[in-house]
Amino acid sequence: MSDITKKSLTEIVRLVKKKEIKSEELTQSFIKNINNDKKLNSFITKCSEIALNNAKNFDENPKLDKLLPGIPIAVKDLFCTQGVTTTAGSKMLENFIPNYESTITKNLWNEGAFLLGKLNCDEYAMGSSNETSFFGNVMNPIAENTVPGGSSGGSASALAADLTPATIGTDTGGSIRQPASFTGTVGLKPTYGLCSRWGIVAFASSLDQAGPMTKTVEDCALMLEAMVGFDKKDSTSINRKKESYSKNLTENIKGLKIGIPKEYRVEGMSKEIDKLWKNGEKILKDSGVEILDISLPSTKYALPAYYIVAPAEASSNLARYDGVKYGFRSSKGNNLIEMYENTRSEGFGDEVKRRILIGTYVLSSGYYDAYYLKAQKVRQLIKNDFDQSFKKVDAILTPSTPSSAFKIGEKKNDPISMYLNDIFTVPVNLAGIPAISIPAGLDNNNYPLGLQLIGKPLDEQKLLNIAYAVEKKINFKQTLNRWWEK
Amino acid sequence: MTKENGKYLIEGDKGKWEVVIGLEVHAQVTSNSKLFSGSSTKFGAEPNTQVSLIDSAFPGMLPVINEFCIHQAIKTGLGLNAKINLSSVFDRKNYFYADLPQGYQISQYKNPIVGEGEITLDLPQGSKKIGIERLHLEQDAGKSIHDLDPSNTFVDLNRSGVALMEIVSKPDLRSPDEVNAYVKKLRSIMRYLGTCDGNMQEGSLRADVNVSVRKVGDRNLGTRCEIKNVNSIKFMQMAIAYEAKRQVELLESGKKVDQETRLFDTKKNETRSMRSKEDAHDYRYFPDPDLLPLNLDKNLIDKIKKGLPELPDQKKERFITEHKLTPYEANILVSEKEISDYFEEVVKKSDKKLAKNWIMGDLFASLNDKNISITDSPVTSSKMAQLIDCISSGVISGRTAKEVFEVMKESGEDPKKIIESKGLQQKSDPKELETIIDKIIFDNKDKVSQYKSGKEKLFGFFVGQVMKISGGKANPKLVNDILKQKLK
Amino acid sequence: MSIDKKKIKHVSKLARISLDEKKIDSLTSDLSAIFKFIEQLNEINTDKIEPLSSILNEPLRSRKDEINDGKIREKILENSPKKNEEFFIVPKVIE
Repeated sequence: MSDITKKSLTEIVRLVKKKEIKSEELTQSFIKNINNDKKLNSFITKCSEIALNNAKNFDENPKLDKLLPGIPIAVKDLFCTQGVTTTAGSKMLENFIPNYESTITKNLWNEGAFLLGKLNCDEYAMGSSNETSFFGNVMNPIAENTVPGGSSGGSASALAADLTPATIGTDTGGSIRQPASFTGTVGLKPTYGLCSRWGIVAFASSLDQAGPMTKTVEDCALMLEAMVGFDKKDSTSINRKKESYSKNLTENIKGLKIGIPKEYRVEGMSKEIDKLWKNGEKILKDSGVEILDISLPSTKYALPAYYIVAPAEASSNLARYDGVKYGFRSSKGNNLIEMYENTRSEGFGDEVKRRILIGTYVLSSGYYDAYYLKAQKVRQLIKNDFDQSFKKVDAILTPSTPSSAFKIGEKKNDPISMYLNDIFTVPVNLAGIPAISIPAGLDNNNYPLGLQLIGKPLDEQKLLNIAYAVEKKINFKQTLNRWWEK
Repeated sequence: MTKENGKYLIEGDKGKWEVVIGLEVHAQVTSNSKLFSGSSTKFGAEPNTQVSLIDSAFPGMLPVINEFCIHQAIKTGLGLNAKINLSSVFDRKNYFYADLPQGYQISQYKNPIVGEGEITLDLPQGSKKIGIERLHLEQDAGKSIHDLDPSNTFVDLNRSGVALMEIVSKPDLRSPDEVNAYVKKLRSIMRYLGTCDGNMQEGSLRADVNVSVRKVGDRNLGTRCEIKNVNSIKFMQMAIAYEAKRQVELLESGKKVDQETRLFDTKKNETRSMRSKEDAHDYRYFPDPDLLPLNLDKNLIDKIKKGLPELPDQKKERFITEHKLTPYEANILVSEKEISDYFEEVVKKSDKKLAKNWIMGDLFASLNDKNISITDSPVTSSKMAQLIDCISSGVISGRTAKEVFEVMKESGEDPKKIIESKGLQQKSDPKELETIIDKIIFDNKDKVSQYKSGKEKLFGFFVGQVMKISGGKANPKLVNDILKQKLK
Repeated sequence: MSIDKKKIKHVSKLARISLDEKKIDSLTSDLSAIFKFIEQLNEINTDKIEPLSSILNEPLRSRKDEINDGKIREKILENSPKKNEEFFIVPKVIE
């Protein structure tokens, strides 16, 4: 059999179900790739032994009616996995072993999959290049010393390098879609509330959503199907019937209307991105879709609003990391306050500290109205913009990122420049709506760029269908020369 | 506010000062499980055995609200004659402390579940209405134990996450006595409703006391100090007295009162500033994004209202008319639901006047003696009723009844059994009494003639003689009647 | 709105993060730039807009008053950096 690790998840599942490959062989193949990697640093914890045991157990008693039978899957190290270290990319949780399992990963395991390893990410999901992880930078398989994007950088990197057949990440401001764009893979952020947040290390509660990261849209539909479900342990979980996204996937999108928002055509946007965007438009037209110009007037205020709301919530969510109940505790400090201050100073990296301070500031007395309250009002405006547009269109097409992957270290000292990576993705989180990034083509450096499709709340099926149709026409192929094994 | 004479004033060197007091009472909600987690709330459990992953704030944990706690808050609000807000929001109150695992407390800030209300106090000078500002739900914190180790603090999170109702009064209280009445009334209402057991020793009820002073006649409020976490009414009163005096002394010597948080030192009986508290407690409140706004259906409120038990004030009015009690008596008998229930059970089956006297007199005395509550009394309501019946029907005299009661309060025996076994039945057979009386008259001819010629006091002598011969069991009324007749 | 060192120090105290002078300097300049960026929001008029109260159009779900958790002391304490069989142990607060 030709390299199984290069195949799509859907194809692998088909082969397992047809008994043309055993889980053990499948798992061994991925472990081989993981062990051969010398440069990417996409894994924080490898679970090869556990995975092999699970694979063998599966083969002895295969449950072939599941969605992900016998499939090894590595997950972003933000999902609490029982008995397996969960670090959130931070020194603070370097040795933290949860005795509970996140709902999302449990859902995957219930569908026949098992844990292959924990993937590197920006610390506490704060970053756009996987350069803030305590466990070191991650490289993008497309070229040495390029960033994979973030915060789900390890996930995107491992996926693109065939170290895992599929994976899951979290997206708070673009942390699934932006790395997908940078690595030439597919990433979906579902409607807020569709995927449970229980057991996921929280960054910004009103924005965080777990989502699938895969090689193809078909795979994405399959993973999403396995992930979703009402969770009564999460008060923000939506109670609705599960959909069969993969079964109902179709490329017939005739008659749909897609909007092109003028505000996304930003100053200084590269010609390559514009070309790919226009190409996407054309593909949709050829598929029988009507293209409409729309306006989302508050778009430019999304990023500043995000950099108030997200740090504010984060500053509160990260207050629990105090060295008392779990995680790192500083050995310095003669009293409780000193212990706190040292623990949090030593345990958190720079970006996390920056965001906690911003968040603390914007919530503090005298500033709440001018910052936090104002940002929440702007958020309402952004949501209104989308609501208005969705009266006229079924989905919206935009670029995923303003550029392709940059070099490690290139933007590290310029926070604003780093934040601008999220300019196209952030409005989606603020409005709580779903969006998917698919590879659109290559830029002049042969680095991938993504197109983003934004959908109505809970309209994932339609979004996936549109993405499926476009993906087919674009027919993006990426052949990487596995430089990371040398 | 009614104008009354018994005002509580501080006599300063330079004039008379009035104390203005507001109370923030923290009442632990009676419920099986915590506000946002399914751990038990039972008092006295082994440390950290009633703690879930949510209570100890592990990564990825999320709150889910307890429906019953919401109902309890609504009930309490209705009991305070307060407005129930159909829309309210849960906010995070952010600060750091060892017994606050999340680094924030889930509380309610600008949009509490209950708005303005009022309760009426029955004071010696008359009744007084005290305004309620609001009531909101919030999480309790765990316990920090400082005295088990010289350099370390031990943390027990059993209490972390238990539902609290914070009840904020308007600054309408003017004296330690009013505070006493207020807390007792609040406690009584909640116990009637079953929303808080009001057990201050177990910490179910605590208060932060806000105290300021102003010259009599001044309409403006002075700078107030908050005395935190006072857990008994006695300490509240002492703290207020000390603090008011302290503030008056400061102001009269030309200094200012600093707005600050203070603690009441129960050993030294004084308040002192809390040195370590952050310069400004900047709680950075914001709506908790893990929860959605709480929107209540008016039908729910109506349903709960219909299901409310009779509250102390209504019961008091009813007792006055129905059971012919004075306001003072009614107050006492409705002060605790258990007492009012007991009283009503007794009067169902026996004479009201005797019932109230016996309950407020002998029964209460025996409860105080043994330091037990009425529900633990060996003298159950039916036994009490039986005893009173025996008196009304003449089986025993009131005096004998006291003897019977002495036995009942120890053994819990039926009064009828005691009377029988001790042969305490009253002698009420007129013939038998006549025989005794005839003999006494015969044996005391001189006294009889003295009585008949005007020495009316001698009547008591004859009664005494009858009692002596009958062993105290003669029916006093019959004795009186027969004697009067025979001595005409 | 300028961010100065004094404000950074105050906020770091609120957030319980100790910072040395060098860190304070770099954070002051970082945060100043970030806040300048954030201040774009002042361009947009939001007087008549209600702040977003909830991203979901769902009622707050509640649960029944049942005891179905706790009694897992070992699990609760096992990850703590300092504990004994019954308690979490922390350095004393100076009251």
